[in-house]
Amino acid sequence: MSENATTITETAGKEAGGRRKFSFGKAFRHYGTFGIFILLILVAQAQSDAFLTERNIMNVLRQMSGIGVMAIGMLFVILTRGIDLSVGSIAALGSVATAILVKDYPLPVALAMVVGLGAFCGLISGIFIALFRLPAFVITLAMMTGARGFALILSNGQPITLGAPGKALQTFGTSFTLGVPNPALLMIGLFALAFLVLNYSRFGRLVKAIGSNEEAVRLSGIPVPFYVLAVYVISGALAAVAGVLVTSRSGVGSASVGAGNELDVIAAVVIGGASLMGGRGGVINTFIGVMILGVIGNIMNLAGVPGYHQQVYLGVIIVAAVLIQNGSSLFRR
Amino acid sequence: MTALIQLQDITKSFAGIHALTNVDFDLQAGEVHALCGENGAGKSTLMRVLGGEMRPETGRTMMLGEELRLHGPTDAIRRGISVIHQEMALAPDLTVAENIFLGALPAGISWPKLRERARALIARLGFDIAPGDQVSDLSVAHQQVVEIAKALSRQARVIVFDEPTAVLSTGDARRLLQIIRDLKAEGVGIVYISHRLDEIYEIADRITVMKDGRRVDTVTPASTPVDQLIRMMVGRPLAQLFGDKPETRIGDEVLRLNGLTLPNGVRDVSFAIRSGEVVGLGGLVGSGRTEVARAIFGADPVSSGEMVLKGAPYRPRNPRQAVRRGVGLVPEDRKGQGIVLDMEIRKNATMANAAPVTIAGFFRPGAERGLVQRLIQSLRIKLGSMNDPVSSLSGGNQQKVVLAKWFNVDPGLIILDEPTRGVDVGAKTEIYTLIHRLAAEGKAVIVISSEHAELFGLCDRVLVMGEGELRGELLPPDYEEEKLLTLSMTRRQPRAAGGQA
Repeated sequence: MSENATTITETAGKEAGGRRKFSFGKAFRHYGTFGIFILLILVAQAQSDAFLTERNIMNVLRQMSGIGVMAIGMLFVILTRGIDLSVGSIAALGSVATAILVKDYPLPVALAMVVGLGAFCGLISGIFIALFRLPAFVITLAMMTGARGFALILSNGQPITLGAPGKALQTFGTSFTLGVPNPALLMIGLFALAFLVLNYSRFGRLVKAIGSNEEAVRLSGIPVPFYVLAVYVISGALAAVAGVLVTSRSGVGSASVGAGNELDVIAAVVIGGASLMGGRGGVINTFIGVMILGVIGNIMNLAGVPGYHQQVYLGVIIVAAVLIQNGSSLFRR
Repeated sequence: MTALIQLQDITKSFAGIHALTNVDFDLQAGEVHALCGENGAGKSTLMRVLGGEMRPETGRTMMLGEELRLHGPTDAIRRGISVIHQEMALAPDLTVAENIFLGALPAGISWPKLRERARALIARLGFDIAPGDQVSDLSVAHQQVVEIAKALSRQARVIVFDEPTAVLSTGDARRLLQIIRDLKAEGVGIVYISHRLDEIYEIADRITVMKDGRRVDTVTPASTPVDQLIRMMVGRPLAQLFGDKPETRIGDEVLRLNGLTLPNGVRDVSFAIRSGEVVGLGGLVGSGRTEVARAIFGADPVSSGEMVLKGAPYRPRNPRQAVRRGVGLVPEDRKGQGIVLDMEIRKNATMANAAPVTIAGFFRPGAERGLVQRLIQSLRIKLGSMNDPVSSLSGGNQQKVVLAKWFNVDPGLIILDEPTRGVDVGAKTEIYTLIHRLAAEGKAVIVISSEHAELFGLCDRVLVMGEGELRGELLPPDYEEEKLLTLSMTRRQPRAAGGQA
């Protein structure tokens, strides 16, 4: 059962009503992300035999686990027509805090504190955005600088090793369950949870509705600021989780974790077909968006494209992906 | 003598509906020609044609005997035609001088010179506004002066004022009328649109009355008494749409307003409404009807006065508190405020009250479908599938989805703001039936409408608003459009409202 089930029934309903015909534009918007993904896999396979090996696939999944977890939070934020530029910095804060706190507290307590710290950062941004109605771009930009600075202060600018107390965490981060890296499993689990919340909960439904028509939601007696606040808290908490994941893999807490990641995360959500104007986007598509981003980097590495060139290609590919999804409006005129 | 402006045989339609039908209109230099009519009579549309903002399907515009072919508003301004709209078109963050010369700025700007010219223009109007002030800091009246100065800076020979005094205080309105007299003396031709008949009688040389997109007649104030003018504006046959109002039992008082005053110009509104009652809120657009509704619903702040809901003090700070106390609002702007257009019908219908179909915040899909199915049947919404987006429905059925949302909440007081705007005749009748049903179920219903026939057909009594005040109340024996318009448009205070209840 995928979220496209709703799409299918929608289309079926329309045909029954005899109102709409099949349209390429709609198909592109709903399935474009999948199409791009499959196309990329075909290209990758043609480029290198090493691509479709279990080892390589698991590698991509593990590499993208941090970005993926952050993309979930970013999706909720973008659905409300917002943006969160602070995720990379909150991940850094989470990474540093993990390395420090595991030494003083039992692991579950330490991790809860780290996630709480991320949620707290999101809460601060959310208060300014939802209650004082300041622009999300500016507020989260400030949080991006502030959280990174805080991480640098806490770590004194030095990487902090997890050491013996963090052994269990590092074991988790570097081992596999049923052949899948644990961080990737966690990411997939969170995606599944997000899928349920977005499609079956009142919260998810209202988040989407707010991005589509905030005033109509407000005039239905819904406390809109609460929901807007909540998405930033979720985004902050998930960014901290991403920081934990990175640290669990490397065994080091560092204030340089996640630098520039906010842009990759936004790119993944947008490649997944979400609209920055709010109200449009899905969990599965976002997952595919994350994977597309991962596969692109992976292909270019396998094909031996130099790092600097990769960035240029990535830019081109992002534009291409968004163009394809918005094909409907382009073809109309 | 050749007319300064002559509009000949103008026809303009939107989506097949005639907004203007064969309208003739002329304006002499040095004349004030007033344009009257109800909301939607076509006054503003006609002026959009004159201002080059719209091109009519047929007809032509002559200026001093020569045909004008206008390519947009800029072209009209260049030819000396300025239209000052109800909503002013100033850039709030720019200075007075910048606004006046906006669009006509020389390539190399000399700011001191520009300010000097701005000051001179404003002085000519008899005002003293610093050209360096930011427009957003000015009062509405002064903003209006800037608009007029802007028109003068373009050597306007024709200036159209579209309800200029609607937002002005009495003193400022007087000064504006003086400006208009001065402009007239300088030979400018002026078109004056207003709902204030006393002003029109004071200033106009001729009056053209419009109704339903047609010109009814052009008269002079001297030869036409006010009541005759109002009769020309109304008099449309009353459509038989309303069905029979079922017998409802009028019960206890649900809501009482005492001296409700709002920051947006609504003053001292008091009335009460009881359960089972359908009360109309009439008056022209901008008379404060919507503002009162939004304040009752907690959507806009209240500055003073008190409200009592079901015997307890009531002062909602947001719509949520209003909904919790059992108040619902069907807003006038359906697409912007009533529904989430891109979202499924099903999700819109349960938005305001999901509790019956959720467990721990998650929807029970079967229960939700059942609930929505019952609502669809009960309200007779015509649709393909409840999973279609609301945007796939006709206007009438979209409105029924908004109603379904509130039927699902089951509030004790429901306010419907223009419930049948953009709704076809068939769906209108069904919506009227639903409104009667709400009353029969013992709800208190407030209906706001610009269609007077609708108010008279639906309501037990009609409260009439004008310029932010409650001007009076009409009971069924007095249900005539003339009486409603007279109450709304004139300043006299015939009798106090809300006496009963």
